[in-house]
Amino acid sequence: MVERAPVLNFFCHAILIAGALIVCVPLYFAFVAGSLTIGDVQKVPLSWLPGDQFFANLQAAWAKANFSRTFVNSVVVAFGITAGKIVVSLLSAFAITYFRFRYRMLAFWLIFVSLMLPIEVRIVPTFEAVANAALPLQWVVDALHVADLWSWISGHEITIALEWNMVNTYPGLILPLMASATATFLFRQFFLTVPDELCEAARLDGASPLRFFWSILLPLSVPNMVALAIILFLFGWNQYLWPLLFTTDKDMATAVIALKSLIPRSDSEPAWNVAMSGALLTMLPPTLVILLLQRWFLKGLVDSSK
Amino acid sequence: MTARSSATWRDVAAPAQSRSAIVAGQASRGATADGGRTAASRKRARPALEAGLKRANFGDGPGLPTLLLLPQFLILLFFFFIPSLRALTQSVLLSDPFGTTVQFVWLDNFKALFANGEYRQSMWVTLQFTVGQNVLTLLVALVLAFATDHIVRGRSVYRTIILLPYAIAPAIAGILWAFLFNPAVGPLAQMLHALGIGWDPNLNPNHALILVVLTASWKHICYDYIFLVVGLLAVPVSLIEAAAVDGAGPIRRFVSIGLPMLGPTVFFLAVMNFIYGFFETFAIIDAVTRGGPAGATNILVYKVYVDGFVNLDLGSSAAQSVLLMSFALLCTLLQFRYFDRKVNYGV
Repeated sequence: MVERAPVLNFFCHAILIAGALIVCVPLYFAFVAGSLTIGDVQKVPLSWLPGDQFFANLQAAWAKANFSRTFVNSVVVAFGITAGKIVVSLLSAFAITYFRFRYRMLAFWLIFVSLMLPIEVRIVPTFEAVANAALPLQWVVDALHVADLWSWISGHEITIALEWNMVNTYPGLILPLMASATATFLFRQFFLTVPDELCEAARLDGASPLRFFWSILLPLSVPNMVALAIILFLFGWNQYLWPLLFTTDKDMATAVIALKSLIPRSDSEPAWNVAMSGALLTMLPPTLVILLLQRWFLKGLVDSSK
Repeated sequence: MTARSSATWRDVAAPAQSRSAIVAGQASRGATADGGRTAASRKRARPALEAGLKRANFGDGPGLPTLLLLPQFLILLFFFFIPSLRALTQSVLLSDPFGTTVQFVWLDNFKALFANGEYRQSMWVTLQFTVGQNVLTLLVALVLAFATDHIVRGRSVYRTIILLPYAIAPAIAGILWAFLFNPAVGPLAQMLHALGIGWDPNLNPNHALILVVLTASWKHICYDYIFLVVGLLAVPVSLIEAAAVDGAGPIRRFVSIGLPMLGPTVFFLAVMNFIYGFFETFAIIDAVTRGGPAGATNILVYKVYVDGFVNLDLGSSAAQSVLLMSFALLCTLLQFRYFDRKVNYGV
């Protein structure tokens, strides 16, 4: 504010209120629809005021989408991605900033390349890779002619068929989504700003690399870890394409995928009231996270976009 | 000026300002890879440091760094490098539906794609969708950011509300909007009907496209908004005051100072919006229209999914994946160009 401009001020508030309304209208109508009976939700025009069926619909949605199971799955997957990615990224960022070893630049570039391709573009081959993660080992076995070698040694004909199917497992849901290096780069950038004197002092005092990492670098990284954890939690919770492909078993579905089964299609009963309650329930955990931890969320958002 | 010193904002603004410097170092150019280092530490120049290596390092312990890198590399190998290579190889192979014979067909899969009317339609739809989404998102975010920068009271309330859609999964955003504009029960569709507009996204291709553009923008405005607000905070107050003394009003100052200084941010956001529109809107399409009606919202990522998992045409799907990969690479390179440009209006 440099000068007083009451008209413009008023105008700006009007714009922002309009913006806030655009955000809120879909949420408000979801709430209204979620509180009506199935008969009322189909009336034309739709009521602008909520009804009294809110909790009944929540219960219906909870039961119909198997949320008591799928919410647990979502929590496991979201926390798994968050924790896994942070640990893996911290370790590799430490390795490429604090050690001078021969293939350091190669390691750096291999990690760097993985920044470039989002999982959506390699979805089919990733699915195949995870449906049988042992396939690369199979190629190695085939290439080395292990089976022939064995029959030559022992005289028995054998075939070696390796299979490691991760469909409908937690690792299958978590690991492929960890295969990107954004977090590694965030920590690498942070490590580069840590004063050199800390490391020198630690070495003078006889600290081993791991001791330095654990007692100095890790505590210093906590703010970055928290900020990143929030972004990763939202990322994990809101995943759609991967869990959709990867959970054929209803008991392994995440909450967002289970919600999909509530959407009325043309041939089913138009239970929009239950679908909207389910949508509100599913968006509750991430919404609480960004409301309660907004400061950290903003830091994470700005930092982590490379 | 009081508003500019709010603690939360400064914390966010600071990394944004230093970001271009840090990332520029990280990007690719070896020489300046001591990125975030201050001028003070640069004075004590050391001979030829490796790019991105701490001056105080633990030297060469061949075992330990390998061990530390191992988890990351195993994950990347299994879920990134092998799948990407498989997509590349499959895109030049033709296998029959039973997978018994495989034939090397050079670029036939790609030729077939470009000759395919459905694929060309999908490209055209994707272009309309991403450009529409990009323009709408950026315009609304710019207006909101300008308004936020101007006012003093209530900033954090507005910001909190406008940021909400970030927490909402694209699939859920899709469900919310599918309901709002559902021709049978949706309240907004009913309003359109009352106005005499025959709104029906299930039958009318244009309506379907408009609906997914609106949904995708609604979900993504918050992202552009926050970066623009942070960018506007980084505009030096002295510049604004000088312009004000010269008689420039708030709007003139925004157009002549704020916007040019936001230039790199806007460019960065445009690239991010394209990436979002191309790849992350799968859930929105699947929840709202499922690519229909008649392929009107069948964007490229959705088509990869349908061809690969529904029609089981692996060669074509892999070729499509490879084309998408090249596009993603292009976007990343553009991003790094932006970081390298280091636009500096230092005064």
